[in-house]
Amino acid sequence: MNHNSQEAISGCIMKSKYPATDYIMSGHVACPGCGAVIAMKFALQALGAKTILVIPACCWAVVAGVHPQTSLKVPVLHTAFETSGAAASGVRAALDMKGDTETTVVAWAGDGGTFDIGFQSLSGACERNENFLYVCYDNEAYMNTGVQRSSATPYGAQTTTTPKNAWKSHRKKNIIDALAAHRIPYAATVNIAYPDDMMRKFKKAKDIQGTRFIHAYASCPTGWRIPSDQTVAISRLAVQTNLFPLYEVDKGTDYTINYHGNRPVAEYLKIQGRFKHLTEKDHADIQDMVDEDWQLLKGKAA
Amino acid sequence: MKQVLEGSHAVSEAVRLARAKVISAYPITPQTHIVEALSEYCADGSMDARFICVESEHSAMASCIGASSAGVRTFTASSSHGLALMHELLHWASGARLPIVMAEVNRALGPGWNIWMDQSDSLSQRDTGWIQLYCETGQEVLDTTLQAYRLAETVNLPVMVVLDAFFLSHTYEPVDIPDQKSVDTFLPSFVPRISLDQQEPNAIGQMAPPAYYMEMRHSIQMAMQAVLPHFIDVEREFNNVFGRTYGPVTPYACDDAEYIFVMAGTSASTCRQAIKTLRDQGHKVGVLKLKMFRPFPYQYIRKNLEKAKKVIVLDRNCSFGAGGIFAQEIRSAMYACKAHPQIFSYISGLGGRDITVDHFFEMLDRTEKSGYPENESVWIGLNP
Repeated sequence: MNHNSQEAISGCIMKSKYPATDYIMSGHVACPGCGAVIAMKFALQALGAKTILVIPACCWAVVAGVHPQTSLKVPVLHTAFETSGAAASGVRAALDMKGDTETTVVAWAGDGGTFDIGFQSLSGACERNENFLYVCYDNEAYMNTGVQRSSATPYGAQTTTTPKNAWKSHRKKNIIDALAAHRIPYAATVNIAYPDDMMRKFKKAKDIQGTRFIHAYASCPTGWRIPSDQTVAISRLAVQTNLFPLYEVDKGTDYTINYHGNRPVAEYLKIQGRFKHLTEKDHADIQDMVDEDWQLLKGKAA
Repeated sequence: MKQVLEGSHAVSEAVRLARAKVISAYPITPQTHIVEALSEYCADGSMDARFICVESEHSAMASCIGASSAGVRTFTASSSHGLALMHELLHWASGARLPIVMAEVNRALGPGWNIWMDQSDSLSQRDTGWIQLYCETGQEVLDTTLQAYRLAETVNLPVMVVLDAFFLSHTYEPVDIPDQKSVDTFLPSFVPRISLDQQEPNAIGQMAPPAYYMEMRHSIQMAMQAVLPHFIDVEREFNNVFGRTYGPVTPYACDDAEYIFVMAGTSASTCRQAIKTLRDQGHKVGVLKLKMFRPFPYQYIRKNLEKAKKVIVLDRNCSFGAGGIFAQEIRSAMYACKAHPQIFSYISGLGGRDITVDHFFEMLDRTEKSGYPENESVWIGLNP
């Protein structure tokens, strides 16, 4: 950062090291502070214009534009909720048969359409090593339909279907491990508060053949009951508390951890409305679970 | 070139000749022979296509939707529970105006598990916006599958080519397999009207609020209404090249008939046999085979049935709480006619139970003896 007197007067000028091209047009209908839009922004900047998106029912199905408008500068195929893996397989097959082996096919789905209803078609595509990139932007509940729980909802969270004292008492499904078990060439977590890491992984994924899976943490002010200007700060805390570790799995077996966090989970839980009902005992239980998962992950990366 | 072919393989030969580029399928008896043959053609290079072994029928239709949206000719096949599993996406395919062709082998729904002939599966999907064409012979299956692509790609609606489980799918008949060159002339390469486009990025299948949705739906109905005239044109062209034609309905001995049987599928063959005997006995009977069910060929039904005294509809299906589905739709069609023949509805042959000439004699006998239909639908051939 430059510290000369002119910039001191006009304010700090951050030179963006990311491409100037934006593939999202402003005026879209996402909530203020939507983490999923930030995720798409970096993803498309890394992947470039030769990309076709396959989007099932999810928040992005609406953010991508209500007829007759589109908010994206790449082609988009909207599909039914549970079909991303299968629809993307079909798009890829068609492009290959037409002689186009350059366009990147990207399934872009929420956690519901990936972890739950979309799991079958995703697993099927992974087993066949279909040649596309599947991105799950994870806001940890069925946000588009009003904050119902999914199997990506973390332990302890309140949602409209895990309300009050019936908060979610099952742990978040480990989607990376589940898909790594299919021996897909590449699986990785990314987080919107770590754009360098995110862009690197998208670029790496783009050049790999076969099924690539990216799990993108995408905070949701609306569903998590956090102020909309805290989207990035909370995303950063998720990594720093090891609650959402940044790591990659190559070929289903080689684990690499990209960041070692050391902050207590209570810092993350206390500032979110969806966790405000939790007691100190609950925080301690969650800390134990995070520690356990972190040890397991370190064991795999050793 | 004439070959003795199983009905299933009449489908696969047609799909090979049609040069489908993406085939996405999941096995279910009795459709499996269709897709097994196609996967062999893809493996040995006699077809230049990608065969995707998907993990469910729902995914089969989803990947056909993906492939068709990206602008290539696609194919899948299913039956019974597999078709039922696709239900949501059958709506999607027609709503998306995709020219997907699917072979649907008419098989019963469980429980109990039953792999044999029954029309309930395809008829349960009559509201999904798919063109439905019912076949009686292996030759008709091959010809209809080729014509289906022409039709689908003209009106931008998906087509279901329907054939009876086992009675047609697993029956061997002589079938004339056309040569590739003639088929290429009849069915040129697929040029999609709309597809995912890198040059002019577009969005397909978005949310459509109330201000837009109804017109989209209306356009599907308009497309359906354009099908029948296009079908006649396609059949005329097919006839010029290959010398065969079927029509949306096929009348036999109907001109002076007082009693006309109506049905779809292989039971029409048995019925014609019964008609020959009945005519010899002096009965003025005929049979109208129904091929096109969606769109419903109103003018053909009315024209062929209005002079009959009584119409005998055979349904190998039942809409529980109502009755035979073909009968319902025929009654509805005839309401607008000045002449109102009595419509007698008989349900028989469910779950693969055989329909014989004796059943047709019984249906005629009961109909002759009744002034009015005794029930919405009468079940024939039940064990006591």
